Amino acid sequence: MATLKDSLTAETANTQPAAGSPLLSIRNVAKSFGRNVVLRNISLDIAQGEFLTILGESGSGKTTLLRIIAGFENATSGEVWMGSEKLDQQPPYRRRVNTVFQHYALFPHLSVEQNVAYGLRVAGRPEKETAQRVAEALDKVKMTAHAKAKPSKISGGQQQRVALARALVNRPRLLLLDEPLSALDANLRRQMQVELKSLQREVGIAFVFVTHDQEEAMVMSDRIALLRSGELEQVATPREIYSRPATAYVAQFIGHTNLLKADVQAGRVRCGTLSWPTTLPDGSVQFSLRPEHIRLAGGPSAPGSVRIRAQVLHQAFHGATDLVRARTPDGIVLVVRTPGGVTVQDELDLEFSPADAIPVRASSERN
Amino acid sequence: MFSRAYKIIVTVPPVLWVAVFLLLPYLLMFCYSFWSVSPAQTIVHSWNIGNYKELLLKSVYWETLLRSMFIAARVTLFSLLLGYPLAYFLSFHAGPRKDLLYQLVIIPLWVSYLVRAYAWKTILGSDGVLNTLLQYAHLTNHPLDFLLYSPFAVVLTLTHIYTPFAFLPIYAALEHIPRNLVEASHDLGANPARTFWRVIFPLSIPGVVAGATFAFVLSLGDFLAPLLLGGPSGIMISNIVVSLFGAAYNWPLGAAISLGMLLIVVSLLFLSERLEKKWSFS
Repeated sequence: MATLKDSLTAETANTQPAAGSPLLSIRNVAKSFGRNVVLRNISLDIAQGEFLTILGESGSGKTTLLRIIAGFENATSGEVWMGSEKLDQQPPYRRRVNTVFQHYALFPHLSVEQNVAYGLRVAGRPEKETAQRVAEALDKVKMTAHAKAKPSKISGGQQQRVALARALVNRPRLLLLDEPLSALDANLRRQMQVELKSLQREVGIAFVFVTHDQEEAMVMSDRIALLRSGELEQVATPREIYSRPATAYVAQFIGHTNLLKADVQAGRVRCGTLSWPTTLPDGSVQFSLRPEHIRLAGGPSAPGSVRIRAQVLHQAFHGATDLVRARTPDGIVLVVRTPGGVTVQDELDLEFSPADAIPVRASSERN
Repeated sequence: MFSRAYKIIVTVPPVLWVAVFLLLPYLLMFCYSFWSVSPAQTIVHSWNIGNYKELLLKSVYWETLLRSMFIAARVTLFSLLLGYPLAYFLSFHAGPRKDLLYQLVIIPLWVSYLVRAYAWKTILGSDGVLNTLLQYAHLTNHPLDFLLYSPFAVVLTLTHIYTPFAFLPIYAALEHIPRNLVEASHDLGANPARTFWRVIFPLSIPGVVAGATFAFVLSLGDFLAPLLLGGPSGIMISNIVVSLFGAAYNWPLGAAISLGMLLIVVSLLFLSERLEKKWSFS
């Protein structure tokens, strides 16, 4: 993990879409099915060549948002623009957007090759050009050997590649991917994450990738749009969303964190017996403090750091580090990342620097 | 895994049923088809192929068989033309009314065949509903007589009766098409018409083959519609079989025709199964 300062200076620039007008602009989109409100007031710009992930739990509305972009659903209100073209009234078959479906949706009666050629044939491209582009696309996803096979004869990972080739061969301006890796097993999934990301860099097409897996979102995205109960909680780079979560929900959803409920009075934060100076105005505030920002205090403490004494309740092995749950005398349970060597019942001296405690907006109670 | 007694209880009744009510009658028919009738109207149990010779040589049997097949082919065509759009509409565009409409298609199957055939007689007859209406509207000044007692009446009635049989397998096939394939096709730039011809129709072919087989085989063997509504020009092969087993008392010849029909139907079923397999991808 790079330091907080690093991540702020290096990545803030990427939070905004790249220079020039955005490729796709979603403006105040809302969607209800009957009385069930699925999306509320979503505004989001997608830049040329960007890898944007829409991250959210099931039921957060992420697939609906993707389907609105593709044209399979109409927004109840709001607009979707691609450059100067308003997409809302366009049927899906007139949009220069292609989709990789969750269960691939390969045509079972057509061979791999015919599946990939489908879009070009429908568009009436010359047979020679079609054949050449299909061959290139199959080569790119390493499926040339299976060109004549029917989809039912190839594995899930291979179907995934074919679905990708079938979409990319049309050179869309935007590729939508609806949880394309969710059906694959863990190993293949990690491998495909890397392949997909490098393929995206290579072709330079903007990807909008929907997933419920925060780790996947962190690994692959240029930016993450975190959706919760139909509203955007935060749109930012993975690094920023991790180190500067806007809300308590974001802080908890992405990685592990400690949420500290505190009061600010006259330039000092008070959370139980803990206290540190702040520039925040008076009132109650929540802070997010990542486990790796709490250190075992050895010897003299760093200037300005906050010291806590806590007893270890539980300890779990997480590869390179351990995650330890420890309780302070005022009953606050903290999650701490340690290099190991800690056992249950130990009394620990912990410390963190106030700069690492990030004030977050309390998330409203929804769902 | 299962006890011996259980296996016997489960397997013996159906095997007995098939043996007594299917295999035995077919065996008898097979034997009869090689026997003959004496001038004194008794069955002569001496083996010969005279019946089959007669079938091949006498044109009346050929002509009736061809007419029956032609009628069955028309019934099949019209059943598909009616059943496919209906199934397509129900499966893709009926929305919340789907179940109700489905029941409406099925309900006629609960009405007796005879009732429906007689209903057409009432509608098509020279004093029937249709003729009365046409004369009342001064579209004609005398009853149209080609409506009843003609192949037309037979095709119309059989189409009415067998369209649900063509509809059902087509509907089942359409319902099995994953909807994301339709979305994928739209997504790849195909408009609804192209999507239909490139994705939906090819994937519904097994249903079309099954529906066509039902309509053709069932109407080929039908004898009630031609009996009630066909008149002399609408006679079908089954009517000949019925009369050979009845008034004409020539069971051997009737058995020979039946076996010939059986051969045709079995080859059709075999062919249709091959076709369905070729076009199924699940």
